[in-house]
Amino acid sequence: MSEAHSGEHHHETEPYAALRTKALESLLVEKGLVSSDAIDALVQAYEQDIGPLNGAKVVARAWVDPAYKQRLIVKGTEAIAELGFGGSQGAEIVVLENTPAVHNMVVCTLCSCYPWPVLGLPPTWYKSHAYRARAVIEPRAVLRELGLALDDSVEVRVWDSTADVRYMVLPRRPKGSEGLAEAELASLVSRDSMIGVAEAGPPSGVGQ
Amino acid sequence: MNGVHDLGGMHGFGPVVREDDEPVFHEAWEGRIFALMSLMGQHPGLFHPGGFRFRLESIDPPRYLSSSYYEKWMMVLEQALVEKGIVTADELAARTDHVREHADFKLPRREDPKLVELIRLAALTRYPPHREVGVAPRFATGDRVRARNNINPAGHTRLPRYVRGRRGTIDRVHGVHDFQDAIPPGTKAQPQPVYCVRFDANELWGESAEPRESVYVDMWESYLEPA
Repeated sequence: MSEAHSGEHHHETEPYAALRTKALESLLVEKGLVSSDAIDALVQAYEQDIGPLNGAKVVARAWVDPAYKQRLIVKGTEAIAELGFGGSQGAEIVVLENTPAVHNMVVCTLCSCYPWPVLGLPPTWYKSHAYRARAVIEPRAVLRELGLALDDSVEVRVWDSTADVRYMVLPRRPKGSEGLAEAELASLVSRDSMIGVAEAGPPSGVGQ
Repeated sequence: MNGVHDLGGMHGFGPVVREDDEPVFHEAWEGRIFALMSLMGQHPGLFHPGGFRFRLESIDPPRYLSSSYYEKWMMVLEQALVEKGIVTADELAARTDHVREHADFKLPRREDPKLVELIRLAALTRYPPHREVGVAPRFATGDRVRARNNINPAGHTRLPRYVRGRRGTIDRVHGVHDFQDAIPPGTKAQPQPVYCVRFDANELWGESAEPRESVYVDMWESYLEPA
């Protein structure tokens, strides 16, 4: 299969899924049911524009602006919309604040619900059977595997997105990030920290 | 439905494997399927409310567990298109063969800049789930509730098995949203209050619960009874 693009092996075909998708797309285009540029636009939107950089900006704003953070916790959707984000699979977003005493993490046990406007499309591990099965029954074990060892004194709250509300975690601001500007802070905020399976990263390459 | 998709609390799935620097789509076809599904999802009558999810859940369990995420999307899209007579199984098979046999196959193109604009708008537009229908919530924050145990809907439901029969506490009232469970064809989803219910891990998992854990599940009112 890996030879699919080699000119010398032109008898080798693409994987079935790729062939089948071309068959589907060509038929639907010919029938006038979809347009090629709309498909291109959707792929481009989620590959380039709508992703965790949006959520990172929300988090960084909350770290530097206590009034914004307050609005974000109380009315997440509206506060996120202040930065221009919102839409499909995020018509209502609740933001969960991690503190030294409480750690939040998000899962969708039934499928793959995820706050698209702030995080983009979910990564494979989030959609995996293992994460969906285990996050609710052994979250600490899952977090340890993913490199986040929580003290037993920390309360763990797991949010199973079963309905129309989508959840995003507001990670704790890293120690040592006090002097950083908002844009630098945003670069510390990983996708996984906003799902709640990682901490926001330490500052690197900035200041001392 | 009591399906294989209802995974919460199951054992045996192994470690959670995370890929570093994972691309949004691993293969080009995944992005195309994502977009085709998103566009055809707007096609009137192709998927009734909850229909996409129910078709995913109805995939033969061994296939469900052994297929990738976008492979499942592709199966569901094909199945709906064929069932609704939009594409026949024969023409799909013939076209697949044609693509396989013609390495130089070029996708036909159709441009529709107005639709592109609509797509961009739709992706960025909020359609809030709230319905202003004057339905008063039966429960308030802090109320003790029990998830109903004696229901096993054969259609799509958002009530996971692992909470059925378990007692929890109303953590917050989300408002009144359209019900997403399967409803008879031709009927309209009735809005219901939706609650976030907090379950103590001990209530869900007994002795095997991890310390200081709770699980929060969003639930429509008809899933709940007072406890």
